[in-house]
Amino acid sequence: MVTLSEKILGAPAGTYIDRKVDRAFSHDGTGIQAKIVYDRMGSPRLANPSSVYIIYDHLSPANNSQTAELQAELRQFSRHEHVHFFDIGSGICHQVMSEGHVLPGEIVIGADSHSCTLGAFGAFATGVGASDMAGIWVSGETWLRVPDTTGFILSGDLQKGVEWKDLALSYIARLGMDGATYQALEFTGESTGTIPMEGRLTLCNMAVEAGAKTGLFYADKVTARYLGRYNLSADEQSPDDPGYVREEFLDLDDLEPVCAVPHRVDTIQSAGCLAGTPIDQVFIGTCTNGRYEDLARAAAILKGKQVRVRTIVVPASMQDYLKATKTGILADLIQAGCVVGPPGCGPCLGAHMGVLGEGEVALSTANRNFKNRMGIGASYYLCSPTTAAASAIRGEITDPREVV
Amino acid sequence: MTSLNGRGHAVCIGADIDTDLVIAGRYLRTKDRKVWADHVFEDLDPGLAPRLKGAVLVAGKNMGCGSSREQAAVALREAGVLVVIAPTFARIFFRNCINIGLPVMECELRGCRDGMTITYDCTDGWVELEGRRFSSRPLSPRMEDILASGGLDEYWKGRLSR
Repeated sequence: MVTLSEKILGAPAGTYIDRKVDRAFSHDGTGIQAKIVYDRMGSPRLANPSSVYIIYDHLSPANNSQTAELQAELRQFSRHEHVHFFDIGSGICHQVMSEGHVLPGEIVIGADSHSCTLGAFGAFATGVGASDMAGIWVSGETWLRVPDTTGFILSGDLQKGVEWKDLALSYIARLGMDGATYQALEFTGESTGTIPMEGRLTLCNMAVEAGAKTGLFYADKVTARYLGRYNLSADEQSPDDPGYVREEFLDLDDLEPVCAVPHRVDTIQSAGCLAGTPIDQVFIGTCTNGRYEDLARAAAILKGKQVRVRTIVVPASMQDYLKATKTGILADLIQAGCVVGPPGCGPCLGAHMGVLGEGEVALSTANRNFKNRMGIGASYYLCSPTTAAASAIRGEITDPREVV
Repeated sequence: MTSLNGRGHAVCIGADIDTDLVIAGRYLRTKDRKVWADHVFEDLDPGLAPRLKGAVLVAGKNMGCGSSREQAAVALREAGVLVVIAPTFARIFFRNCINIGLPVMECELRGCRDGMTITYDCTDGWVELEGRRFSSRPLSPRMEDILASGGLDEYWKGRLSR
């Protein structure tokens, strides 16, 4: 009767524990704030520099002189302290960490709410703020409350035109925005073996949108094969009759393409019901859906066609960008009229590279459609890359099954 | 040092208030904390900021969901909020408040309206509103230590210099 969180953290749910942190990562935004707190602590030695990662993604490259100065300060700190440093263009912190820097069973803490993404590897991965990150820098540890767990038991197969993002939006809608607050989510069941790493990353990425501390998959052959590409080996994990506080059953055959509607991520409608809703901009990218496979699915639809609305594509990482260049799908996207931005968060947080204006409507593959997030007075729908691409062609929300 | 008990006027906000609404992404890149206090809740209700000095911020469920930005908690403290009370919090925001020395209490204050006087004691775990007393979920000893130090910076500074 032990959940994967309890197994990794070595204590039963509800217990407060102190644990060594195996990987501690920040981005340009939270990293500089953590450094300010660290300076206030008296700039002590870092407890374990080899576990510290700083990855520039939020305003990358810098959008103005003020940002540039803060980034210069954190860059200098990173080099001086000999931590792992990834400068502009490397990619989104969660994606960079997923490229061979996280192993099953590890405790991974990121100064970003979507750090739960890395639970896809069977690691305990969660987000904290800047002060907590500074505390980890100086002590190598953090405190945690071992969470209860809600189990999602998955069966069946996705149908044509339906993606892992549709499953993610559907499970968030079932739980609600605070349905898993203080809890972990575990994804198990007969279908998990068919879910590739990119799908697992998308599913775990959105766990925080239901308030969850993390989302987890048990490491299996899929995990081992993926990590093998980075010359890493991984022990497989298997469920040990885990005791869930809540069980939810989802049959993938029942899912359809959906969109989260303004301004709540837990409120979805089928793309078919929303068909015809006019849009001003499409954004394909982010830590949810900017991976190579996401871009490839969009390119498969857009190849040889033209987008009717401005469409911004931002690869999640340099590795995704490079692969999309080598296989030619990036050229397909550009020829279809897409604008391609450098790897990073792009316009997701509403600071640069595609911010919207008053009254505009965007369709985005991101994880949040909070009011005013991507531009004041604009509206945002969230969807899969396939739905985004199909809708870009028509200039209105489109059920992708009519196009694929 | 953070005061763990006190009295203030209620400022009530809704449920599921995300940290983007507390402080928008466009104001995050600075070291000047006053910028965050000046623009707090700008996208939710620009009328809120001037009322926050000496305020007990009373929110609905899932307060502080979304982004991990610690600037949201700092903005509230810099604007003069004494304590944040909500039935439930998003966990990162909850930790952030404690880490920057802003008391938080998990408590459902039924019948609370703007301007009502609220007395609270974070250590003993109660809130008083119009003669009615509500209990709050206790903080862990670690959280109390961090709050009593005035935040995680002072907490670690004290320990590392020993």
